[in-house]
Amino acid sequence: MTDLAIAANGLRKSYGDKVVLDGVDLAVPAGTIFSLLGPNGAGKTTAVKILSTLVRADAGEIRVGGHDLAAAPQAVRAAIGVTGQFSAVDGLITGEENMLLMADLHHLSKSEGRRVAAELLRRFDLTEAAKKPASTYSGGMKRRLDIAMTLVGDPRIIFLDEPTTGLDPRSRHNMWQIIRELVSDGVTVFLTTQYLEEADELADRIAVLNDGRIVAEGTADELKRIVPGGHVRLRFTDPAAYRRAALALGPGEEHGDDESLSLRIPSDGSQRELRSLLDRLDAAGVEADELTVHTPDLDDVFFALTGTKVPAQSAQSAQSAQSAQSAQSAQSAQSAQSVQSDQPA
Amino acid sequence: MSSLSLAVRDSSTMLRRNLLHARRYPSLTLNLLLTPVMLLLLFVYIFGDTMSAGIGGGDRSDYIAYLVPGLLLMTIGSTTIGTAVSVSNDMTEGIIARFRTMAIHRPSVLVGHVVGSVLQCVMSVVLVGAVALAIGFRPTGATALEWLAAFGLLVLFATALTWIAVGMGLISPNAEAAGNNAMPLIFLPLISSTFVPIASMPGWFQPIAEYQPFTPAVETLRGLLLGTEIGHNGWLAVAWCAGLTVLGYFWSTSKFNDDAK
Repeated sequence: MTDLAIAANGLRKSYGDKVVLDGVDLAVPAGTIFSLLGPNGAGKTTAVKILSTLVRADAGEIRVGGHDLAAAPQAVRAAIGVTGQFSAVDGLITGEENMLLMADLHHLSKSEGRRVAAELLRRFDLTEAAKKPASTYSGGMKRRLDIAMTLVGDPRIIFLDEPTTGLDPRSRHNMWQIIRELVSDGVTVFLTTQYLEEADELADRIAVLNDGRIVAEGTADELKRIVPGGHVRLRFTDPAAYRRAALALGPGEEHGDDESLSLRIPSDGSQRELRSLLDRLDAAGVEADELTVHTPDLDDVFFALTGTKVPAQSAQSAQSAQSAQSAQSAQSAQSAQSVQSDQPA
Repeated sequence: MSSLSLAVRDSSTMLRRNLLHARRYPSLTLNLLLTPVMLLLLFVYIFGDTMSAGIGGGDRSDYIAYLVPGLLLMTIGSTTIGTAVSVSNDMTEGIIARFRTMAIHRPSVLVGHVVGSVLQCVMSVVLVGAVALAIGFRPTGATALEWLAAFGLLVLFATALTWIAVGMGLISPNAEAAGNNAMPLIFLPLISSTFVPIASMPGWFQPIAEYQPFTPAVETLRGLLLGTEIGHNGWLAVAWCAGLTVLGYFWSTSKFNDDAK
């Protein structure tokens, strides 16, 4: 248990009749990035609030940084840093004053506090804005100041609740860079996000939270394999070539679109699968006019994971032999289609 | 670090934060200061002669002497409405959630507000007192010891009302509600012996007016500054201050320890 930065067992929380977390188990090894992925209202923020001692759980055993959360909340607080979804900066005072406030609350000496504040402001590109009230900062600057404040106490475990929501693409990439640098110093990061791409970029392990339950857990690759949204699209201009290709690729035929002369072949987009696909096309002597690879997006993940309750173990079986793999992919693609047709239009 | 020195250190950090706020945005404090000053001028220059006759005095300078001690305490009530509003405002800020996740002395967030508010009360009282002196208030008979006791009473009274105001701020969902919930703090002086003697009120109402927190404090301050009879009011005033402080402290800290929304 000691090498787990965060461990939760049977975490439950309800607000009145509404069950927000319904028996959540989490295990985050120290020094890794763990991402809790889920749509709005899935319970991500509640989970962070409970793990960061803001809100009490109704049930469940929780250890953060090796401390029992219920018995020793102050010890947990000493180990963590939290950057919530809504900026936790004091807008009425300047960025620098915010930093010095944190330094004081971490009981750093005056000179040490000034040094740490100046260094972090520089690191997060806020030196120029340091003397301006934080309320005048842009969204990206506020978020950077927020994280800089979280880092003043040198926490070993950092919670980031949707750190990039509402940021423009450049700020988002900056934030990703910042988060990567954090773990390179050995810090554990617990990140919530509603973007699969973000979890994919950053996280060592991802848990998908839906309706208060973890519906899947694994690495980004494992998750993507169980999500049947990934496919290769082949487009043809010659109807004869289209038909030959459809025949050659076998049971994928029903995914053909006769009007646009395009085929949709389930695939994880890996080099191995692409080569196998191209080999089969070569063997049949057909050439596609256009080939595009589609990776699963969040919609695919949620239609798949919340509609059919695909168990997380199927991720392992996806690593079996090539032929079995494509057969299985085809199968899951079928189930994906049936799921999507179940959705109200 | 011992828990006491931790408490003192974190509280003084929080106090610095609140003083910074007050210095950057003094408009709220100044607005609340207007009420007692306007009342002072109104009751002295507009109603002064009638009021003076009512208390059996001569010209309006007698009424200034009667009015000012109560008005100084009313200034405290008025200032603490600002405390309720700013606490309520503050609780909606993300930074409070951050404080709750830090290993700090938790009540320090509130203690910072309280000490800051008491300092503001003292400043407001000094300002209103200066206006009173300018229009003819002359507490010439008071000894140094009596001045010191008067100052002590004002600080105790400010501390007590501030803790209550902090609790009111914490239970209010927004600043408007906080302003409304804290209204009794400025309404109570109107039904105390601040403006008219208790004896001039209807008989059924006199016990209420006499034993509510303001009247004993008003009578005590009047006695200290102007040499009127204090009697049991001194102990009553101190008891009220101690009681409200303890009540407000436990009420506020337990509210603050509730789960964040």
